[in-house]
Amino acid sequence: MPMKRLIILGAGTAGTIMANLLRRRLPRAEWAVTVIDRDNEHYYQPGFLFIPFGYYKRENIVKPRAKFLPRGVEFIIAEVDRIDPAANTVIFQDGSDLPYDYLIVATGAEIVPAETPGMLDGWRDTILDFYTPDGATALAEKLKSFPGGRIVIHVNETPIKCPVAPLEFAFFCDDCLRRHHRRDKIELVFVTPLPGAFTKPVASKTLGAMLEEKHIEMVTDFNAERIDAAARKIVGYDGREVLYDLLVTVPTNMGSAMIERSGLGNEFRFLPTDPHTLRSKKYERIFAIGDATDLPSSKAGSVAHFQAEILAGNVVRAIAGKPLEPAFDGHSNCFIESGKHKAILIDFNYEVEPLPGRFPFPVLGPLPLLKPSRLNHMGKAAFRWIYWHLLLPGRPIPFVPARMKMAGKKRPEDGGGATGGTGAAGTAAKGESK
Amino acid sequence: MAQKQYGPATVEVDAEGYLSDFSQWTREIAAAIAKDEGIAELTPAHWKVVEYIQKDFKENGQVPSIRKLNKSGVISTKELYELFPGGPAKKAAKISGMKKPEGCV
Repeated sequence: MPMKRLIILGAGTAGTIMANLLRRRLPRAEWAVTVIDRDNEHYYQPGFLFIPFGYYKRENIVKPRAKFLPRGVEFIIAEVDRIDPAANTVIFQDGSDLPYDYLIVATGAEIVPAETPGMLDGWRDTILDFYTPDGATALAEKLKSFPGGRIVIHVNETPIKCPVAPLEFAFFCDDCLRRHHRRDKIELVFVTPLPGAFTKPVASKTLGAMLEEKHIEMVTDFNAERIDAAARKIVGYDGREVLYDLLVTVPTNMGSAMIERSGLGNEFRFLPTDPHTLRSKKYERIFAIGDATDLPSSKAGSVAHFQAEILAGNVVRAIAGKPLEPAFDGHSNCFIESGKHKAILIDFNYEVEPLPGRFPFPVLGPLPLLKPSRLNHMGKAAFRWIYWHLLLPGRPIPFVPARMKMAGKKRPEDGGGATGGTGAAGTAAKGESK
Repeated sequence: MAQKQYGPATVEVDAEGYLSDFSQWTREIAAAIAKDEGIAELTPAHWKVVEYIQKDFKENGQVPSIRKLNKSGVISTKELYELFPGGPAKKAAKISGMKKPEGCV
């Protein structure tokens, strides 16, 4: 019997976990597992945020991708031109192709500054990002020599990877400037297309109050039409203008250009994916995981981790000809650095917004939810180790199951959560994004 | 569940006046919601947007993003802001009888 082949596109967080889980589950005599990526550099992406403030350097957060793939997996470093879903093949840029029996798309999301007219005019000069190793490193230099003025932290368009990262950047910036006694010379402004600090009401209120407390001005419901780099201003579609001396932007996030070349993407080049089974909405042999999907869940490593276990089960079921299990609930879990060596922890899914309480155990915790604490900060610091040693190899993380638990969470009594999507499934309307 | 009078009809709405049940939607109701939102009259350009949103929701189960409206050639983002000033995604969705678009987390 000829060998069958599973191809995983992308050896980032999601692709690496899938390779580890599925190599264990698929018999080696029958199944080849091939992982394809364009390079061999695996970045610990949560570390990008720490680079501009000098906590990490680039070399502290990068390792070879190959090191985290298990034995028995073929790793190809090459640029993929496109997927041909009708022929079940992946076509490389040199024209060669590789057939698959099943395909997992784990090509992630990337920033696309060219989507905003004028953004590239000031790129890496007065406009910088912290979503790439180059951007974060350049920003570290820029902040060191910044003479004073107005720093604008800007989210261009939703959805973005790690939706809380811009907030963390603002909190860190405030903290760092205070420690260096420079805060009084620098104005901090937070510009977002959302109506508040976060998408969901209870967390939005808590985080919005924190911005206010730290004297970070908020500009909400702001959709940038263009950037005038010469005049150093963002111009909104509604005519509002925001001036800056330094623009720290999160440009529009999109899926891989390869998805678009394959004709498989939505308007953001994300792959239309069943929100519960993680199979492509259109092609039976294609699955997707992590940031590459169009799901209304967070684009975050924790989500990829929670999806992985469920997706591995569904790939095995699909191969056996069994019905898929619609088990993914949108579970997301993330630490938000809030400055002063404290962090906030949030835990939520498609239907339940981030709420206060304790995690992972009710009352005992030990981690408090939606509240700054030193323990959470230590949790986030420890997470770099967990990432390389437990998460990528696909080992379970103690006490944190794939599906969200309601135990330990408390809904505030003032009804702040009334519109938080507590309703039935199917409220996954995808949002206020342009 | 709250109720609200929109033009000739009384319909089920959420706390912010978005229709709870799309089957109650009519063009008269749309015109009344538009007035509430400060749009005096729905022109053919408005209707083109409304009809596209409804068609796309029927096909995909999601309210289309502004980017999708732009990319599919229905209307440029600039024009959309002119037609539905101050929050076009929400206003257009409300007039089209959709539920309030939820931001992605």
